[in-house]
Amino acid sequence: MPKITYVETSGNRRECEVSSGLSVMEGAIQHGVDGILAICGGSCACSTCHCYIDEAWMEAVGGPDDIEDSTLELAVERRPSSRLSCQIKVTDALDGLVVEVAQND
Amino acid sequence: MGKPSFVVVGGGQAGLQICESLRKSGYDGDLTLVAEEATLPYQRPPLSKKFLAGEVEEARLLFRPAPYFEKLDVTVRLGTHASTLDAQGHTLTPSDGSVIGYDKLALTLGARNRPLPCPGGDTVGVHYVRSLEDSRGLALSLAQSQRLAIIGGGFIGLEVAAVAASMGKTVIVIEMQDRLLARVVAPRLSDFYADLHRSHDVVLRLGSAVEKLTSLADGIEVCISGPNGRSAEVVDCVVAGIGVQPNQELAEKAGLTCDGGILVDIHGRTSDPDIVAAGDCTMHDNGFLGRRVRLESVQNAVDQAKVAAGTMLGQEDRYCQVPWFWSDQYDAKLQIAGIGAGHDHAVLRGDVGNAAFTEFYFKAGQLIGADSINRPQDHMACRKLLAQSVPVTAAQIEDPQVDLMQLARQLAQ
Repeated sequence: MPKITYVETSGNRRECEVSSGLSVMEGAIQHGVDGILAICGGSCACSTCHCYIDEAWMEAVGGPDDIEDSTLELAVERRPSSRLSCQIKVTDALDGLVVEVAQND
Repeated sequence: MGKPSFVVVGGGQAGLQICESLRKSGYDGDLTLVAEEATLPYQRPPLSKKFLAGEVEEARLLFRPAPYFEKLDVTVRLGTHASTLDAQGHTLTPSDGSVIGYDKLALTLGARNRPLPCPGGDTVGVHYVRSLEDSRGLALSLAQSQRLAIIGGGFIGLEVAAVAASMGKTVIVIEMQDRLLARVVAPRLSDFYADLHRSHDVVLRLGSAVEKLTSLADGIEVCISGPNGRSAEVVDCVVAGIGVQPNQELAEKAGLTCDGGILVDIHGRTSDPDIVAAGDCTMHDNGFLGRRVRLESVQNAVDQAKVAAGTMLGQEDRYCQVPWFWSDQYDAKLQIAGIGAGHDHAVLRGDVGNAAFTEFYFKAGQLIGADSINRPQDHMACRKLLAQSVPVTAAQIEDPQVDLMQLARQLAQ
């Protein structure tokens, strides 16, 4: 099962096994990762599942589509590595992915 | 003096948010969540969309898994109906009789479906869509049905119609008003949705009412009266989405002021100083709209709950957040920012024919909201513009050269 590492805002690293097909957000929720709030339940409507993709993984993960790009306007501190974790689907190719949880409160 | 005891009644989105906000604000007393349903708090929007279509399993509907509530130190009492509230005595009595005392109470009781009033409404097995149980039952029925009658052309009815039509079912939507979504969108959007559904072979019976429902050996007869007289359709499944009524009875019996919902002020406070309320069950003073309203949405549940939690802790936050809402039907993603009702001027951006457009609403020269179909940039720009309450003119909206998001960012500085 793919392993995703979530770096919480405290610096705490959470390495979690997340089933392929779930979103990176759902993986965070399942494992109780701090700071991923997902208020709209993954509908790309709020930006509280905002995370930063580790530099080494940016190419593999890719960038946001138009809808996500617009929703990211609501994010507190947007960076080039910003993605909404509800829009990233976990696959075997993302085994080892590292994401940094953004300030979502 | 022991630790304070806060109790939240209602295990939906608002109830969960109150628990989370309390702990995040540093509340470290006892916290109990009393929930009527047998499931941990879960998302309702997918019940008429992806979950109904079988694209998402049940487990993924939960907001948080069980261990989260332990970590948050919330005692969750599922399957527990709160029978009596004694506001004077500061006690809540569930139906199993075990009394729960509280220092502060939050009522997040939600709403329930308005039942069909016509004869047969309570005997033929009409499906409503509110709870997980409802949606499970409807999904099973859909699998075995070919013809559906959907009573109510609001969001629930239309979302179910879209799921069913996409499955190849024959769908008839019966709506009392002369246009779809009459309570919530402007005529241009109603027309768009009528065209959209018709393009998927959904039959729309507008300006029509269901007179009677009758069980037959091979289906359900739906008697409809409309502009062209009476007719009858035989279908396999009937779904009703004719609105909800707030669950205010517990509050009413306890002597709290209610009027089309539990009445709360801009801080989420009820007529009792130790009781707050939030979400679908409230008729509230809305800071953004400047009037009293009941809003049925995820945004309202979450944002109102945050304010109410603060009030429980003695803060004086005001509920002024910009309302927003969404609906997914076929490939059309509707996003609503603000509230367009009562507008005196509407400005269109984009192309209705290509199903990518936004209608912006003005009242007395001020932007009050926008309905977007597949134009997320417009939606987010409008939310920002409304949140900052900056003056933007119809002319600026009308001019396609004006980048609204840039405008929103500039004016924010």
